[in-house]
Amino acid sequence: MNRFILRRLLQSALVLLVMSFVIYGLIGLMPGDPLDVMVASVPGVTPEQIARLRAIYGLDQPLMLRYFHWLMAALQGDLGYSRSHSVPVLAVLAPALWTTCKLMLISFVAAVALSFVLGITAALKPGGWLDGAIGLVAFAGISVPVFWLALMMILVFAVELHWLPASGGFTVGDGGFVDQFRHLVMPVTTLALATTGGFTRFVRASMIETLRADHIRTARAKGNPPSRVVLVHALRNAMIPVLTVMALSFGSLFSGALLTETMFAQPGMGKLIYDAILSNDFNLALSGLLFATLITLLANLAADLAYAWLDPRIKL
Amino acid sequence: MSAASGIWARRWQRLRGHRAGMASLVLLALLLLFVLADVPLEAITGIDPNEADLFARFDPPSWAHPLGMDEAGRDVLLRLMVGGQISLLVGLLATLLGGMIGIAVGVAAGFWGGRLDALLMRVTDGMIALPLLPLLIVLGAVDLTKIGFSSEFAHSGAAGFWRIVVIIALVDWTAIARLVRASTMQIRERDYIRAARAAGAGSWDIIATHILPNIATPIIVALTLTVGRVILFESVLSFLGFGVVPPTPSWGNMLNNAQELVTTAPLLAVYPGALIFLVVMAVNFLGDGLQHAFDPRSEQPE
Amino acid sequence: MSPLLEARDISVQFPTAAGLVRAVEGVSLAVQPGEVLALVGESGSGKSTVGFVLAGLQTPTRGQVLHDGRVLDRAVWRQIRREVQIVFQDPFGALDPRMLVGDIIAEPLRLQRLGNAVERAARVALLLDQVGLPGEAASRFAHEFSGGQRQRIAIARALAPKPRLIVADEPLSALDVSVQSQILNLLKDIQTAEQLALLFISHDLAVVNHLADRVAVLYLGRLVELAPRAALFAAPAHPYTRALLDAVPRIGRKRLRGQGVIAGEMPSPLAPPSGCVFHPRCPQAQAICAILAPPWHEPRPGQAVLCHFPLGEGAQ
Repeated sequence: MNRFILRRLLQSALVLLVMSFVIYGLIGLMPGDPLDVMVASVPGVTPEQIARLRAIYGLDQPLMLRYFHWLMAALQGDLGYSRSHSVPVLAVLAPALWTTCKLMLISFVAAVALSFVLGITAALKPGGWLDGAIGLVAFAGISVPVFWLALMMILVFAVELHWLPASGGFTVGDGGFVDQFRHLVMPVTTLALATTGGFTRFVRASMIETLRADHIRTARAKGNPPSRVVLVHALRNAMIPVLTVMALSFGSLFSGALLTETMFAQPGMGKLIYDAILSNDFNLALSGLLFATLITLLANLAADLAYAWLDPRIKL
Repeated sequence: MSAASGIWARRWQRLRGHRAGMASLVLLALLLLFVLADVPLEAITGIDPNEADLFARFDPPSWAHPLGMDEAGRDVLLRLMVGGQISLLVGLLATLLGGMIGIAVGVAAGFWGGRLDALLMRVTDGMIALPLLPLLIVLGAVDLTKIGFSSEFAHSGAAGFWRIVVIIALVDWTAIARLVRASTMQIRERDYIRAARAAGAGSWDIIATHILPNIATPIIVALTLTVGRVILFESVLSFLGFGVVPPTPSWGNMLNNAQELVTTAPLLAVYPGALIFLVVMAVNFLGDGLQHAFDPRSEQPE
Repeated sequence: MSPLLEARDISVQFPTAAGLVRAVEGVSLAVQPGEVLALVGESGSGKSTVGFVLAGLQTPTRGQVLHDGRVLDRAVWRQIRREVQIVFQDPFGALDPRMLVGDIIAEPLRLQRLGNAVERAARVALLLDQVGLPGEAASRFAHEFSGGQRQRIAIARALAPKPRLIVADEPLSALDVSVQSQILNLLKDIQTAEQLALLFISHDLAVVNHLADRVAVLYLGRLVELAPRAALFAAPAHPYTRALLDAVPRIGRKRLRGQGVIAGEMPSPLAPPSGCVFHPRCPQAQAICAILAPPWHEPRPGQAVLCHFPLGEGAQ
């Protein structure tokens, strides 16, 4: 067990290291140069001064060396300074990370609950009209562009009906619990709806398969009431693959969260990374992307461990 | 080949029995006709979908412009058609390109196995562990002149188009690769592969005549579902401004301004998104139908 | 008469997680043109592996295969490919489910570039007739046929390039008993008509007695006895052959209780016993058998046996 965890941890660390290099390289390929932005507002800068500045900031060194310096600093917790926010990167990153995690967790729980209800209902009578209707809804959830769903929600509930605020995390001057809740309703609903589609299909497929299995037939033949068969015998066995898939989809949930935040102007990671890239805030973009990678890696790791823990056939 | 036609005829019949699959096929055909209709329409009316007319901004629907004008005074209907061509083309091309990468990686890993397999699968696992959207955004933001392309090309419409095809393909091949590898390994040790070897087939013969046809079924289904996902990726990237760049329209970038305009001209936000939604939904239903039609269990005689 | 195909001291080893599996150890064997050579042994005796080596599907770890006196390497195999074909045990796995029967049978012709499409179709029709299937079978899929019919298709494919040797790897074991004799007779008829050599791999001595000219007995990857069929069935020289023969129930003969039935199970090919590999199960094993590997004896002309104490004529 410990060896398995250790190996997976090392693997994840390696992927993170490789990714940090790739992203570092890619960020360098984005338009502009850290210096251009700095000197843009200073009048009368001479080429000699720029060259000296480049040397001071180490921009004239080869990519590998610059990366190595950055990595050493990052490992000591120094992620650099965010130019657009004028504070250390971590100071902007931490609250954004919290906002994103909050959005993801609430949406995830909502999506899991909803998909279990829908998936089990559909699996009870495969081919029935209810199954068909739920299938349609699930397909809609998979197929809808998340940002467009967000846009439509804003259009209907904020612009037309004025029920909910269209953007932001709270109203200036209010910020109480009810206010924050009202601001979360649409982002959470959007993300949960988009996530529920795929989950529902997995729950349904897994339940149908389990209900066909021999030991379920045995349980039925023994005279167990149908509700007990479904909820106790089948559900327990259907859970394993479903939970794995759900945990593994944390990566795409994260992508969804980034979009949802951007759409509803929630101060989360998505909006942060997006704005950082647009405003050439290299340090912030780099760190934001790496944290995104880290979160995805950790979620996948957790899914693997949960799977190994739940499925007795896998020996650790 | 006669072998192919025989089995395909049967599959076609089974697909025709799948109502949702057939409905999506018809819907996709109609949508294709719709996006291609801009050619005759432009020829007849003489309207250029890229021509801005600042005096006609947000004009309501009229006979000449059935869906009205957009924020720059361009014909919305025509732009939807042209944008659809771009979006669908990106979807198909990126899927094909990514599919080729995935099939090559998967067959190589599954057929030859050993160290090659271990190496390829480490890379694939690494790719799967990455957050796709942020990666795509960074790739979309890369300045092409910094990797040796000329400035003219880097800022041309073609560059925007091909860039998005390539980056999506580079990122979205892992699912296919894993599927292909697993299927290849399943049939690699079958006796008909041995029989082919005994009949003188080399590795490439075997891959071409036995492996690929026998794993085609799951590949086709997976590729169909990939098309839907790719169209979504394209729309997101173009929407965020990292994909197809204006003035070339795509359904994604047509939504780009829609957010701010959602109070002024809500319908501009509705049309392109609804079309994306319809196409992706139809493609997904079609994939479901194909899965049913290709199900090996339904290919056995009763 | 020089042998059609000759194995010289071949060994096949597979590295596995548990260690090196010695599937075949030092087997020398020659197939003469037009003869039926049966390869018998329990499952795990390595008989299929020997068959695969002789069919060019498995490269021996040590030793050589010779064709008309030429050592077979990959290049030479390519030249003589059409001369050796194979029929497998499981007729369901041996035919590509995506191909029409006609294309399956024509595959060796296509790969060997024998004839054009029209000629190949004509040959397919001829072959189908020869194996007792209607000509319209060519345009159907393999799964539309029964197990026996599929084995006929597999035989037709093997016959297509006019081979000189067919390796038949337990071609009857997967079939219904009622069908087995039909396929057996078909093989026998074709072998006689085409002057084919047949390497018939089987664990069924009754079938072997019906078909074979010579019989080779394998035990734990070693050839232990090689003799003309009549001699082997009348006077087996190896205690293992004797035990195999005694295990065959025969009409009109009482099963001899406690005598000749092989005790114990076949040892693991991961760790073969010392000396004579059969000694732990051998009813007449002596001290020497556990220490020294036995030499070859030739009790009668044409009969060779690997045993310290071959059974004499008066043993029975």
